[in-house]
Amino acid sequence: MISSTIGIWNYWIVFLLMMIGLFLVIGRKNFLKKIVGLTIFQTSVFLLYITFGKIKGGTPPILNNAMDTIYSNPLPHVLILTAIVVGVATTALGLSLVLRINSEYGSIEEDEISAQDLVDYHDQIETSKKIDTKFVQ
Amino acid sequence: MTDILIKNLPILVVLCPLMMSLIVVLIPNIFLSWLLTLASTFTAFIFSILLFQEVQIYSSISYALGNWAPPIGIEYVIDKVSIIPIIIITLIGFLTTIFSSKIMPNEVNETSISKVYSLWLLAIAGLIGLVTTGDAFNLFVFLEISSLASVALVAMGAEKDKQALVAAYNYLIIGAVGATLYVIGVGLLYGITGTLNMADLSERVIDLKNNKALIAGFGFMIVGIMVKAAVFPMHIWLPRAYAYAPSAVSVLLAATATKASLYILARILFSVFDISDSLIINTLSYVILPLSILAMFAGTIMAIYEKDIKRLLAHSSVAQIGYITLAFAIGTKASIAAGFIHMFNHALIKGALFMAITSISFYIQKRVTLNSLSGLGKTMPITFFCFVICSLSLAGLPLTAGFISKLYLIKASVSADGIWIALLILFSSALSVIYLWKMIEALWLQQPKKEILIKENPVIYISLLLITFLNIYFGLDASFIVDSSFEAAEKLVGVSK
Repeated sequence: MISSTIGIWNYWIVFLLMMIGLFLVIGRKNFLKKIVGLTIFQTSVFLLYITFGKIKGGTPPILNNAMDTIYSNPLPHVLILTAIVVGVATTALGLSLVLRINSEYGSIEEDEISAQDLVDYHDQIETSKKIDTKFVQ
Repeated sequence: MTDILIKNLPILVVLCPLMMSLIVVLIPNIFLSWLLTLASTFTAFIFSILLFQEVQIYSSISYALGNWAPPIGIEYVIDKVSIIPIIIITLIGFLTTIFSSKIMPNEVNETSISKVYSLWLLAIAGLIGLVTTGDAFNLFVFLEISSLASVALVAMGAEKDKQALVAAYNYLIIGAVGATLYVIGVGLLYGITGTLNMADLSERVIDLKNNKALIAGFGFMIVGIMVKAAVFPMHIWLPRAYAYAPSAVSVLLAATATKASLYILARILFSVFDISDSLIINTLSYVILPLSILAMFAGTIMAIYEKDIKRLLAHSSVAQIGYITLAFAIGTKASIAAGFIHMFNHALIKGALFMAITSISFYIQKRVTLNSLSGLGKTMPITFFCFVICSLSLAGLPLTAGFISKLYLIKASVSADGIWIALLILFSSALSVIYLWKMIEALWLQQPKKEILIKENPVIYISLLLITFLNIYFGLDASFIVDSSFEAAEKLVGVSK
């Protein structure tokens, strides 16, 4: 029981990283920290795929004459290569958005930004009302 | 020559916008980049019509990418189900590209126009690819292509309103979490079945009933796709993203983006898994059905209290997505067909409504709120006419496309012993009249606040008129969409049910 639970410790690490990443994305108010969390979350998935592909004592999948060679499945690695590229693109886009947000709002804290937005939103509704009443008179 | 063209259509319909997006980004001229975009969306539309004809003959076309045979290589599948979203995406893509010619330079800096059109084509290509591919992992790649392009497009709204940046950021983070959840699901399924091909997957999951990894993988996939499709509790990103994107982008995204994800949801539920499986039956009746009903009411009530018109329409989209998922959740052949009918009609309706609001904001040059609408109906008769027709279509009045989808939806829910569901649908449609009436009242009955002389530009209203005409046409003669939806539903759930 214990050996089988500890024996799959890769999955425990995947699980741990996944929860850390998801918690950072949900729990942090800082836009930069959210991206860090997202990256950790995605990395845990990469590890999950790599773990699937690994067989104990498996060699790289290269054809040789011995027929009974056990080799690891190469497909998960290829899939993860694609997923890494997608992850890099996501992170790059996210970071560039954070840069723009910082230059427009002067902050990357969610609370401060939504406070600024709320003020703007009410200003918009109020000014449009003021203009309207002026025209009625 | 035509033989080769026909044989390669499934890949060409994706490649046409994808390759053109690489060319468009290099072109500095505004008009030329628009023209190339128009040409490639039009070509994609023609290809999808050709594919529709092909599907009528062969019923299912399989294309082996790079000539690797399907279970191992990536397969593109066009069948009677996937042709419906392909036609929606290419048709709306073409119409909104015509529409954007004057709107886009008004809202986006001249130097970045060609980049916007490049992203625009990339988003369309991603959505078409999402629908055509028959490979679960390839689907993830297209999911990310379309959503990263959409995020960048939403962020382009920052030149008018800086809130677009935050909206785009939230869209990116929530979308990326959704896509990653989907990848976890695919990974778990791959781990136990050893295949990524959806058709192959559907054969192998039959033997694995009650396998815990299978159930977990299914759950991850469904939740990931539901985030992308903005099903009720995961819809938070949608209203802000649609409200602050450049107007033309709002039209494109509102009409197409969620539809492709909804199609994927239907495909995973009914095609990869089997509807007679207790796992699917439980998911439908205990997860998707309650969430859809909540979406119908939450979306409508949020829309009633909203003052910003673009946000209002986005909230209404959440409610309409609720109708589509509700139709899937009932799970009979007739109801799934009703879901596809509504998917098509909602694309037409919401596209038209966003177009009308965009035309108004083009003339008054500020954000459209309820106050700023007053009296504009008389100064902009053509836009107002289209707006009213499409509002009636959204509420589901006879002679419009919206009526057809509500009719089939209610018929399907009554025949599935769901009288109370039919009553809830009717009640929430009645509620939707409240927010539609608020807008129409402001446009027509209130006095204009100041005299503005507006001369409506035919370049802008031509595509609005076209899409309104389609709304009426598919209300009068719905045989095209009804027939193809029923064929699609038959393909998904089998002849027996």
